[in-house]
Amino acid sequence: MIIPYLFLLPFLLLFLVFLVLPLAYALGISVFENRLVGGTVFVGAQNYLRAVGDPAFLRGVLRMLTFGVFQVPIMLVLALLLALILDSGVTWFRTLFRLGFFLPYAVPSVVAALIWGYLYGQDFGPFAQLARAIGLPVPQFFSDSLILGSIANIVTWEFTGYNMIILYAALQAVPAELRDAGAVDGARGWQIALFIKIPLILPALFVTMVFSIIGTFQLFNEPQLLQPLAPGAIGESFTPNLYAYSLAFTNQQYEYSAAISFVLGAVVVVCSYVFMLLTNRREEVG
Amino acid sequence: MAPITERKSGTPGQGQLTRVLTTILLAVFLVYSLLPIFYLIVSSTKNNADLFSSFGLWFSSGFSLPENLRDTFARDGGVYWNWLWNTTYYSISSAVGAAFISTIAGYAFAKYRFPGRLPVFAVILGSIMVPQTALVIPTYLLLSKIGLIDTPLAVILPSLVSPFGVYLMRVYADQSVPDDLLNAARVDGAGELRIFWSVALRVLMPGFVTVLLLSFVATWNNYFLPLVVLSTPELYPLTVGLASWNSLASAGGGAEPLYPLVITGALVSVLPIIVSFLFLQRYWQGGLTFGSLKD
Repeated sequence: MIIPYLFLLPFLLLFLVFLVLPLAYALGISVFENRLVGGTVFVGAQNYLRAVGDPAFLRGVLRMLTFGVFQVPIMLVLALLLALILDSGVTWFRTLFRLGFFLPYAVPSVVAALIWGYLYGQDFGPFAQLARAIGLPVPQFFSDSLILGSIANIVTWEFTGYNMIILYAALQAVPAELRDAGAVDGARGWQIALFIKIPLILPALFVTMVFSIIGTFQLFNEPQLLQPLAPGAIGESFTPNLYAYSLAFTNQQYEYSAAISFVLGAVVVVCSYVFMLLTNRREEVG
Repeated sequence: MAPITERKSGTPGQGQLTRVLTTILLAVFLVYSLLPIFYLIVSSTKNNADLFSSFGLWFSSGFSLPENLRDTFARDGGVYWNWLWNTTYYSISSAVGAAFISTIAGYAFAKYRFPGRLPVFAVILGSIMVPQTALVIPTYLLLSKIGLIDTPLAVILPSLVSPFGVYLMRVYADQSVPDDLLNAARVDGAGELRIFWSVALRVLMPGFVTVLLLSFVATWNNYFLPLVVLSTPELYPLTVGLASWNSLASAGGGAEPLYPLVITGALVSVLPIIVSFLFLQRYWQGGLTFGSLKD
């Protein structure tokens, strides 16, 4: 009866060392502070109190909330629409579309951010070139007001196809009898989609939402790579993750950085959990 | 697939119109999806001067791809070769390791009943929600305590932990490995490890390959972890290396002709994933959809 434990051993060992231990360690050091005079001293919840009252951190969290409220629905509606169209079988070249939409997922986010950074460029970016050629003002993708949208576009580009594939596969699993029954009753294509297919793929839609919410709060690569191009708009606390990174590696404030990481993790878990509660309740009612 | 075009209502002309309109809609999104990749390909054929002077979305008169490739691989004593090798090495080690560890753990959760099974699995499932990036800085601090910082293991070991992989393999083993098969092997007197190795693993292969691919791409594309735990350029993976060239290029304001190298290097770094992805798309879809369907 020791066998299953042996099978679990490699995973559990690594799980403890690289997931549980870092979390515990972060929690442990977050109650200390490294002072110039006196060295490392126990400060209790002070770093946490500082974090929840830190305008730079709070602005970052708020920025990610704003980002998520717009970007996640846009991306998922787009993914759902594409998946429904592909699934309904009305278009030509379905395989080409499916592969093409998924291709951006194969591009590392670093490379995606680099390419879009060049595309957005004021000097040799093609959008700027086109705008100049037809005499329009050059779009300022790196300005304060547009930067969040510019990053949202990169994330949407990277993950719409990925989410579409998940939804598409769920749609393909909808039993043919149900579609046919709808068609026999005289339902139109969009009615079948809205009243038969979408309710049946709610679990898959739900998974894509939770993963998108988690991803939003972790935003780091894209703003970090665009930072040199948009130094005015992307500060060192633009996203909570970027803030934790610069606290640790620019300011050497490891203890406070750990507290920020921990609060951020808690925000993500709470948001995902609240989202699950809300959607569960709705499903029970519906 | 149900042919929706043969609806009762509407004329045949209307169905044809729907077909044209939806195809156009998808084509527009296809252009959006492929445009940056097209830009990357076009730009990799230009030298530094042409990058700035010619129209970004079309080829210029010169064809500098061979020079760009040569310069990319020659720059800084051929460090790009290191990056390419490191990325491959980190990704393959992480993928093979994570797939094995996840498969055997998922199999144990699915096919054995033992005390602690459900609570342990619940903890693993819950950990899927823990943002990976929240772990990176504490991991860095821990690894530097035991002297593993700035070594390949600092990238590989954390990448072996895949709670989602364990979840996938548990669901997969639940559905694909019949208890009768295992019991028959037990009657034949085979040991449990032997049964896993020569009976179950064969059935679990499609799931194994899926976790392998997911982990491979996750490590291939990873940036935050290697950025934090590595400081020697010779140990960088492609993502961190390319980002370092890019910041050098931006810092110099384009004074040093580094942009063609970043672009060509980016193109070369994407190709293996795109090729593997086109050839193995069956497994891709299988994996991405599995976890969401059988919840």
